[in-house]
Amino acid sequence: MAERIIESFQVKRIEILDEKGDADESLMPALSDSDIRRIYELLLLLRTFDDRALKLQREGRLGTYAPILGQEASQVGSAFALEKSDWIFPSYRESGVYIAIGYPIYMILQYWTGDERGLKTPDDLNILPISIPVGTQILHAVGTAMAAKYRKEKTAAITYFGDGGTSKGDFHEGLNMAGVFKLPVIFICQNNQWAISMPRSKQSASKTLAQKAYGYGIEGLQVDGNDVFAVYKATEYALRKARQGEGPTFIECVTYRIADHTTADDATRYRSKEEVETWKAKDPMQRLKLFMEKKGLWTAQYQKEVEEKIKSMIDEAVKTLESIEPPQPREMFTYIYEKLTPRQIKQLKDF
Amino acid sequence: MPKLNMVQAINFALKEEMKRDDSIVILGEDVGRDGGVFRTTEGLSDEFGAERVIDTPLSESGIIGAAIGMAAYGLRPVAEIQFMGFIYSAIDQIFSHAARIRYRSRGRYTCPMVIRTPYGAGVKALELHSESTEAFFCHMPGIKVVVPSTPYHAKGLLISSIRDPDPVIFLEAMRLYRLIKEDVPEGDYTIPLGKARIVQEGNDVTVISWGSMLHRTLQSVEGYDAEVIDLMTLSPFDEETLLNSVKKTGRVVIVHEAPKTCGFGAELSATIAEDAILYLKAPILRVTGYDVLVPLAKLEDYYLPSVERIRRAIEEVMKF
Repeated sequence: MAERIIESFQVKRIEILDEKGDADESLMPALSDSDIRRIYELLLLLRTFDDRALKLQREGRLGTYAPILGQEASQVGSAFALEKSDWIFPSYRESGVYIAIGYPIYMILQYWTGDERGLKTPDDLNILPISIPVGTQILHAVGTAMAAKYRKEKTAAITYFGDGGTSKGDFHEGLNMAGVFKLPVIFICQNNQWAISMPRSKQSASKTLAQKAYGYGIEGLQVDGNDVFAVYKATEYALRKARQGEGPTFIECVTYRIADHTTADDATRYRSKEEVETWKAKDPMQRLKLFMEKKGLWTAQYQKEVEEKIKSMIDEAVKTLESIEPPQPREMFTYIYEKLTPRQIKQLKDF
Repeated sequence: MPKLNMVQAINFALKEEMKRDDSIVILGEDVGRDGGVFRTTEGLSDEFGAERVIDTPLSESGIIGAAIGMAAYGLRPVAEIQFMGFIYSAIDQIFSHAARIRYRSRGRYTCPMVIRTPYGAGVKALELHSESTEAFFCHMPGIKVVVPSTPYHAKGLLISSIRDPDPVIFLEAMRLYRLIKEDVPEGDYTIPLGKARIVQEGNDVTVISWGSMLHRTLQSVEGYDAEVIDLMTLSPFDEETLLNSVKKTGRVVIVHEAPKTCGFGAELSATIAEDAILYLKAPILRVTGYDVLVPLAKLEDYYLPSVERIRRAIEEVMKF
């Protein structure tokens, strides 16, 4: 008889780019100067988009909207590592992922105006409509990965959820199945510290969220979620693993939801201004800008040109959005089933 | 033509469809090596391999959620939930996603999936092993609900359900699994979804039922000139066959084993009242389970509609 340790684990955290814009060169992922510029432009595009969306909402031109401010690096860093053939299963706070893979910006806004047509993914992209019930999309990624494995295709599935999502049953069922079947799935948990009013500390007693993965026989990593290089590197690693049949990876991106949960929320009711300010200082875009400046990749002129380009892109998207004819009432009925039911046909006579 | 029971008919349907179409996969608890707790998937794992007949962890929401992801990717999953009483933890996936994915993505992604599950009382099963909650699923647009009543219809309806482009809940009456053997053709045949069948024609009263209660209904109508309808698909249901029959007979009795309140009989009754009230000679009567939880073995026989209760209802409407 004896007592002995039969299992132990360690959780790795990856940080590459600090707040001063200094990067650990030994850890830098293989990104060209043009990749880095592209990433920076995406971060700026996301931020400009998010800001415009909030303004449109305040003007009554958009419905309730879930902002992404502060989480840009987690979304761009992970999405930038994907291939076109990979499948993406987002939650409702993933506008940045949509933008990063080239989803038409006007369609993202169209959805938030209350028009389902914005969710019709263009044929050359594989991103599912945003999932509203928290964490439920995790299982769809698992199923798609099972299907890809059965078809012997190199597709990887990537799913996004938050710290709140890790409390859901579907998180457990999804990670468990992914571990059992050794599936090509990447779980991106954007731990943004708040699930509406519930802080991370009350969501789970686990010291990190990354360590939960080990309970399912899955590798779990934690990264600085405001460090676009760290997020990219971890995702790129996880994707390579997935494609080589080495199973799933869980990546906890530690970040922060700077804005309210949605435009219908008031975060000042449950968290301090000081806390928000602390996180603002860890801004993902600012540190990349400093890095690029040191490398000679950023100038005031470059900034001006990029800002102008982005502004005109968003202006164009809003113009397209507002030129769209409203949906017809009969469109409620299409796409419920492939064919209308006899009863739906009768109900359609109201229109 | 082989004489098969419902378990065998379902097994044949699955096997033949999997041979025809390699996009069909089966997933569920104990469906592989064990062949399913009722043996409906027996032999399929040996024939098609563990990658196509997938033994999953004990994970109902996981089974349905994964099946949705498979369907989005282009497969046609046939998911098994071991008993209908265990489907509740998967309802979020069924209602929030399976039913909505076509609509939300405007047809870009669809969910051609079948969820097979044994339902119903009458075999003295354990607690939560006798549920008949079909009405929950009929209330949700975007999914179809199919209930076969014989081995022949189970095979044809299951093949249609597998080929259907939308998610189908396929309810298999546990009581019927091995109760009846009948001729079931080998090979390909389908029975269309959304169509009821007239089991026997009659002129005085229309008696509507489905699944295992159909057989009790057939025992009950002896001596009456009754038209018996097997609904087969509950959602979307065949209004036309129903209303034509009611217009002929002017009397209706609806028989189902689920509780009366908000049971599917309420929908049928309301439809008849809306569209054929002027043809009615008598009130529409429902013979159903009581508004109680399905009791355990000792009281089960008192719960289910009996021949006596069904005959009493027919007597009642025949007074008018």
